[in-house]
Amino acid sequence: MIIRFFHQMGSPRYFYSVAGKMIPWFMTSFLITLLVGLYYGLFVAPADYQQGESYRIMYIHVPAAWMSMFIYVVMAVSGLISLVWRIKMTEVVVISSATVGASFTFLALATGSLWGKPMWGTWWVWDARLTAELLLLFLYLGIIALHSAIEDKRVAARAVSILALVGVVNIPIIHYSVEWWNTLHQPASITKFDKPSMDMSMLVPLLVMAISFKLYYGAVVLMRARAEIVERERNTRWVQEMVEREVK
Amino acid sequence: MSTLSLTSAFSLLLKRDLVLAYRRRAELVNPMLFFVLVTAMFPLGIGNDAKLIEAVGPGVIWVAALLAALLSLDSMFRSDYDDGSLEQFMLSAHPVSILVLAKILAHWLVTGLPLFIVAPLLAVLLNIPASAIPTLMLTLILGTPVLSLIGSVGVALTVGLRRGGVILSILVLPLYVPVLIFATDAVKTAIVGIPTTAQLSILSAMLVGSLVLAPMATAASLRISLS
Amino acid sequence: MTAAATNTAATYEAESLACIRDDRVLFEDLSFGIKPGQALVLEGRNGSGKTSLLRILCGIRLPESGKLLWEGEDIFRLGPEFHEHIAYLGHKDGSKLDLTPLENLRIAQGLGKASEGIDLDEALDQVGLYGFEDVPTRNLSAGQQRRLAIARLLVTDAKLWILDEPFTSLDRKGIEHMERLFEGHLNRGGMAAMTTHHRIGFKDEVQLVRINLSER
Repeated sequence: MIIRFFHQMGSPRYFYSVAGKMIPWFMTSFLITLLVGLYYGLFVAPADYQQGESYRIMYIHVPAAWMSMFIYVVMAVSGLISLVWRIKMTEVVVISSATVGASFTFLALATGSLWGKPMWGTWWVWDARLTAELLLLFLYLGIIALHSAIEDKRVAARAVSILALVGVVNIPIIHYSVEWWNTLHQPASITKFDKPSMDMSMLVPLLVMAISFKLYYGAVVLMRARAEIVERERNTRWVQEMVEREVK
Repeated sequence: MSTLSLTSAFSLLLKRDLVLAYRRRAELVNPMLFFVLVTAMFPLGIGNDAKLIEAVGPGVIWVAALLAALLSLDSMFRSDYDDGSLEQFMLSAHPVSILVLAKILAHWLVTGLPLFIVAPLLAVLLNIPASAIPTLMLTLILGTPVLSLIGSVGVALTVGLRRGGVILSILVLPLYVPVLIFATDAVKTAIVGIPTTAQLSILSAMLVGSLVLAPMATAASLRISLS
Repeated sequence: MTAAATNTAATYEAESLACIRDDRVLFEDLSFGIKPGQALVLEGRNGSGKTSLLRILCGIRLPESGKLLWEGEDIFRLGPEFHEHIAYLGHKDGSKLDLTPLENLRIAQGLGKASEGIDLDEALDQVGLYGFEDVPTRNLSAGQQRRLAIARLLVTDAKLWILDEPFTSLDRKGIEHMERLFEGHLNRGGMAAMTTHHRIGFKDEVQLVRINLSER
């Protein structure tokens, strides 16, 4: 059943038309949740009793950091699917995820560094989370570099899938080792979530932002996938007919 | 397929690579020489401060080992790719992952083991106390095979590329971080005289894990690179 | 192989293969079968996909679509069990120049199934390299190196020989000699799939199946 679903979605033409219908929905709900999340996060949620107003950058930083991990896992899973069942569309998901994932990782790093300035007094601290995030960015960049270096794009997609799988096995080990390294060298710096429970008025906007970012990711992957399909299938009849219709 | 012919294929390939390395034995010292030179550069860059050199010693030795391993990785499959031997391996009647394991072992014996041998000398150069040298050696004997194993996946993915070298380092170095952290931490802990069982058992676990997983990933990657 | 087998299904079957390289369809919906005693000869212009097709037949390259069946079973499912039946001679010889011919052949034999294939010295003798077994391969001429690569085919009991321009760098006498070797293999019930620019001078009893990739 699931396999049949994948195979149907794996047909480029079918995927193209379904994705085309889904993108506007993703985009509008992304914009709505973004505005709601930002409004509640920046204006409604109370100021933090320790960090004052500066903690509000969390509403970008934390969901971006979550996305950076989430996208990597999605990428590895689609990599596995495309290696095992050789489905074209999951190959497209792998590579379009890599660039979006790298952007979110960079966003998490940049906001983390901005946040660090008022908290620690410097732009960069070798804090466990930031370091792990930096290494994740390197993993993403490796995937992008490998993909652009291989000329045959189907081969590139399969090579990148293996790399994503190797990465996903290693990420927990990297995280664990960075935690270990950090507790030894810098005992108990301020972690961002030392409070066991967050107030609901702070948590809800955070979750809304997380959903918003996921919708954005969905929209971007669908758009990139459509572009990739047209590019790859440009010699087929249905793409040429579609282009002729557009031109008229 | 009998296991006997599988083990004989394994040892045949291991022997082949060792013979090939021996016929070009002038190149054998290069990774070792690189390892020593990089390590010697650090005190020159840091300044003649015994305390400081001692403090960074374990980290310097391990970063140098990482770079030496990285530099020698490219030779793992390069010549076999160029002369077509790699295609023949892919068409072998034996599982490719076993053949790959033989090649990784040969490569480690030729490039990783020499690092282990010169390490005591470098430890002396960097003021690492004699009591910590056995731990340093242990981390190297557990850690450098992991570097070869993880690295083999990266080489397999880049072997067909014209400028694979730079990409290889981007792919592989982030994956080397856990080895670097636990190995240097073990040596530092040993210097202050605390038992290092935890770090060493984590390194052993990484060795076992990569022994199981890396040859399969490398075999799959080679198949992709050759297609 | 009995005579009955040649009349029934082919040992190696390709079903509607397609190959795309750099967005160009090299061939599609290509089907054929190879039976014992038959040689498939691929013809076509440069870049028409002959080498790609041979690599697909080996299982090194994946076809864009289509199936490959060895005795009715998918070759990708068979994996190494399929590889023990084939021997591939590509553009590159696949010999190590730092090893002697004998050492190279020993490895080739070890990579295959534990084989009752012929003795290594005899294989060297058959390709005319007798007396060169201990000379580093580097010191052999290009033609001699090609002969060594052909000797590799003899040391396993592979049924299907996949040959990409096997006669490169051979002189006329060498080519004739190798043709006799290939004929011998086919007459023993072996199979071959090959490309060559040279006009093949096989004797009549060898069945040739010609496929021209440019005229499809």
